[in-house]
Amino acid sequence: MIEVQHLTKRYGPFTAVDNVSFRAESGEILGFLGPNGAGKTTTMRIITGYMPATEGTAVVAGFDVFDKPIEAKKRTGYLPETPPLYPDMTVREYLMFVAKIKGVRKDIKGRVDAVMKRTWVADMSERQCGRLSKGYRQRVGLAQAIIHEPEVLVLDEPTAGLDPKQIIETRQLIRELAGTHTIVLSTHILPEVAQTCKKVVIINKGKVVAEDTPDGLTERLHGSISVYMQAQGPVEDVQRALQSVRGVTRVIVAETKDDAGVFEVDSEKGSDVRRELASAIVRGGWGLLEMRPMRVSLEDVFVSLMTEEKTTDEPAAEPEVANA
Amino acid sequence: MRNVLAIAERELRAYFSSPIAYVVIGFFSLLYGYFFYALLSYFERQSMQMGMGQPGQVMNINQMLIGPVLVNATVILLFVFPAITMRTYSEEKRQGTIELLLTSPVTDVEIILGKFLGAMTLYAAMLAVTIIHLSLLFIYGNPEWKPIATGYLGLFLMGGCFLSVGLLISSLTKNQVVAAMATFAVFLMLWVINWIGAFVGPTAQAVLQHLSITEHFDDFSRGIIDTKHLIYYLSFIAFGLFLTMKSVDSERWRG
Repeated sequence: MIEVQHLTKRYGPFTAVDNVSFRAESGEILGFLGPNGAGKTTTMRIITGYMPATEGTAVVAGFDVFDKPIEAKKRTGYLPETPPLYPDMTVREYLMFVAKIKGVRKDIKGRVDAVMKRTWVADMSERQCGRLSKGYRQRVGLAQAIIHEPEVLVLDEPTAGLDPKQIIETRQLIRELAGTHTIVLSTHILPEVAQTCKKVVIINKGKVVAEDTPDGLTERLHGSISVYMQAQGPVEDVQRALQSVRGVTRVIVAETKDDAGVFEVDSEKGSDVRRELASAIVRGGWGLLEMRPMRVSLEDVFVSLMTEEKTTDEPAAEPEVANA
Repeated sequence: MRNVLAIAERELRAYFSSPIAYVVIGFFSLLYGYFFYALLSYFERQSMQMGMGQPGQVMNINQMLIGPVLVNATVILLFVFPAITMRTYSEEKRQGTIELLLTSPVTDVEIILGKFLGAMTLYAAMLAVTIIHLSLLFIYGNPEWKPIATGYLGLFLMGGCFLSVGLLISSLTKNQVVAAMATFAVFLMLWVINWIGAFVGPTAQAVLQHLSITEHFDDFSRGIIDTKHLIYYLSFIAFGLFLTMKSVDSERWRG
């Protein structure tokens, strides 16, 4: 369990994190989303006890990170943006060292072996960390974060710099870990949140702008679903036919190609008009080439939230904080 | 304590898996050997002249050979130690491993003691090489072992002071060259601080004399363990490590 309340971090006159509050229950994956420099890394560094907050509290697994740092840190695994590897140690040596300072006392060797297997780095166990590829570094970083079986995992952009296959594997691993751990992961890759997280906290310029489930966020932006259609036939006739279907509020011709058209059909909230749309095409004797629901992507939600912010907020210079 | 040992072990591993340990120990041995040879030859000639009936001082191998060799050894430390300490914190910051240490369930004191212990162990390994030179003396002569022991104790403590200053400076900067340069400058300053003693009046002179890191070494090299000097060195080390701790802590707050 992670509970963050009214967290604020100031560097001199600059506020990197401004009154951020959120909560992640046990076994939950919370996605921390925001553009670069939004304050994600700073928030994570406070949760992990790397730096103290200016104001507010962070409680990890029941321990306040400021008042009981040792107890909180024992229960936290942290993967920083760059995996904290010692280039001159082999993977095994490194994980043995981490296990020791993370307070693992019994069967360190067995634990290291198990973790290496779990994060698919066992084949590189005798290689120096400095000679690993980016993908392996990231996985060794993940291995060091889970070696002491922490209740809480804080992962700062865990899939950054990985190739697509590794990204899928890493997400899979994170989902597996979620059963036994509370996970906070930050990212600026939106599909990642949709695929792995139960809850999303969107942060911009240090402030929380939204906190919801991925679906909830999508719904919040658009009340209805839109349908993407590609049909063969005279474009205007097809448009008229689609328009006449009950429940349809709007038909936009997005594109016209020779004898086919691409249509975006909006319908009333709560009504599914796909069946009727298909019938309308068939009745007209035209050809239905493609039809699929158009999901409002998290990208749209994100962009819309960010622009909302801009209109309400006076424009400020983009802060450069996270990698200080 | 386990954490301290784990960190010290990692430090040592880093020294020995990079060229640092070998270069440091190698050059220290080379220079130590040179000084040893030079002073031994001088001592030999003196004793030959004595043997031929020429008047000379009383020949004492402890005072005429071992003492001066140890004083010369402290000069080597001056140059060698910045290379040992310059990377201790700056490297962690550069690699990002400082995030691992500071988010692990270890206290700042444990981290600093671990690093200090690691550096002191490397230093002990450096000094261990000189057992070769000493055993030659014991094989071919009969020096007294007690002044040698106090001399080495003094050398060890003085090295500890240098290392604690070096750690402090390393914790203040990300840049290793800056760390090395500043460490060297501070070492040298501590070394020569009493040179102006004669010109600054008696009170200031006494203060400077007391601050001088070499002044306290003389008694050790003569075989005297004075608690005054012992306390100077130990409190110097403790203060250096304490400041390092504060520096790391303030770094945390500033981010």
